Amino acid sequence: MGSSCVCWKWRSPLRRLAGFSRLLSTAALAPQICVVGSGPAGFYTAQHLLKHHRLARVDIYEKLPVPFGLVRFGVAPDHPEVKNVINTFTQTAHSDRCSYYGNVTIGKDVTVKELQQAYHAVVLSYGAEDNRILGIPGENLSGVYSARAFVGWYNGLPENRDLKPDLSSETAVVLGQGNVALDVARVLLSPLDILRKTDITEGSLAAIACSKVKRVWLVGRRGPLQVAFTIKELREMINLPDTRPLLAPADFTGLGDVIKDVPRPRKRLTELMVKSALEKPGEKEAGRWASATKEWGLKFRRSPLEVLSAADGKQARGIRIAVTRLEGSGESARAVPTGEVEELECGLILSSIGYRSLPLDSAIPFDPKLGIIPNSLGRVQGEPGLYCSGWVKRGPTGVIITTMNDSFDTAQSVLEDLQTGVLNLSSSKEGFKSVRSILHSRGVHPVTFSDWEKIDAAEVARGKLAGKPREKIVDPQEMLQLINH
Amino acid sequence: MSSKLFGFKSTVSHRLPIHRLQVQHSSADRVTVHFINRDGERLTATAKEGESLLEVVFNQNLGIDGFGACEGTLACSTCHLIFEEDVFQKLDAITDEELDMLDLAYGLTDTSRLGCQVCVKKAMDGLTVQVPMEVADMRRELEVGKQSK
Repeated sequence: MGSSCVCWKWRSPLRRLAGFSRLLSTAALAPQICVVGSGPAGFYTAQHLLKHHRLARVDIYEKLPVPFGLVRFGVAPDHPEVKNVINTFTQTAHSDRCSYYGNVTIGKDVTVKELQQAYHAVVLSYGAEDNRILGIPGENLSGVYSARAFVGWYNGLPENRDLKPDLSSETAVVLGQGNVALDVARVLLSPLDILRKTDITEGSLAAIACSKVKRVWLVGRRGPLQVAFTIKELREMINLPDTRPLLAPADFTGLGDVIKDVPRPRKRLTELMVKSALEKPGEKEAGRWASATKEWGLKFRRSPLEVLSAADGKQARGIRIAVTRLEGSGESARAVPTGEVEELECGLILSSIGYRSLPLDSAIPFDPKLGIIPNSLGRVQGEPGLYCSGWVKRGPTGVIITTMNDSFDTAQSVLEDLQTGVLNLSSSKEGFKSVRSILHSRGVHPVTFSDWEKIDAAEVARGKLAGKPREKIVDPQEMLQLINH
Repeated sequence: MSSKLFGFKSTVSHRLPIHRLQVQHSSADRVTVHFINRDGERLTATAKEGESLLEVVFNQNLGIDGFGACEGTLACSTCHLIFEEDVFQKLDAITDEELDMLDLAYGLTDTSRLGCQVCVKKAMDGLTVQVPMEVADMRRELEVGKQSK
């Protein structure tokens, strides 16, 4: 631009215009795209766009100062390998066509409409920050928490740092039989020697060290053939040191025959449960189970009716559950009450029945029943230029690979729309340039990726002193102070 | 966390760095491997004997989207590959740990394995493996099919 300014006065006005518009059209060809949310969905969408379009610029916005979403705040502390994806995300963030802007809350600091004015395409990848509620009496008693909040607590999610879960009773009940349910059970029962070497927060580790919890029941409405957890996590639980599994043989007798023709994943998972419940354990295992000081078990066909309170009326002391039977079979089996009711004594109840997305901005379509943004292949219905990926697009289930494929899928839709002209590139967009002035006028200071790297380095250094991979900073103010914001 | 690399189980968590420098070896150690990508493109690479197929993809910078997310630690199924029947039969036995993760892969076949657990041998020279299509790809095909009706 500079050199053309020097020589323009020597050219005829027409040539000057032609040169200028050529410059403009080159600049306009670089699509400006922004992604809202820096978890796996956000990063994988950005990655795919950058890889398959040589000019696109992608800006990733995140409400917290720190990136990576559930990879940092959801994956269990004792599953560090799952967090290896952070390396590929870091590589993406380092791309010269990618920028990360943390500490920016879309819907509050800047609206989606303002983003749409600044970018050719906006991808909503902000996940599921809430959880499904039980909708039963006593749900708000002390001692009852969502598994989501409990996970957030031990993983250092700022909004859950003051949870102070009551770990003073011997028995805990987890409602739900998915991988999150297994995660919380495992963290409650893991030997401290294992936990203290992970990136679990200092505060939660100290609380767990004082925990009286010896027994965790994972309670599901349906049967063993409908468990949502996967085999690797189940195997881990069965092999957890100093614990014994409590699996009622009656729940598993005859199951071996039922699963003969079932797809391999479900078959192997069920076979593992059947084996652990019905077969005599080997010598080593028998010894471990006999000397175990903690135990965990699966209760099937039990649906929560009411959380029962202690004499003070404030504290949970147990849960009333309905005995169910199954109608239908396989994944679509339904739990139907039999009329029979039981009570389980417990002082800690964790509901692990699913995460839930929330609407971000009243201007964006949202289906409150399904908890997703209505879309087709990631294109938000009725909103050209608006896309979504990850849990907010398809619902809060699946592992990282599921979200990865889903994000590539959305990115593909964006790329197609760029190619076919659905996204109009002839109108140039300013991208972060205009967002920066909006944020500045509202007193919001974005955190850059290199700012995050300073926070990261500080966490790793603190962790080293404690023999941990990192000591997470749980106070956003402390994070901002560290980077002089 | 154990991982199976170079034919033996190690108890150290294996972290494969994204940038791996190519180590030069004599041509005698070289094995040619073909990867058929999801779009049908054939990607040909020369591998070192003993390298896992995941390492081949990383070292040769093959453009397979999202391959090897957990970097060879048996914590995902993104290095899922489909082998030809006769080659599959000759591969080293699959462990429970690999099966556990393979069970979660989309488009699982009877000749599927995880690339991070299969190490290249001289006898595999000329090997062709298929990168499976993903859920998203299948759904897109269905959707495009619907729209064109």
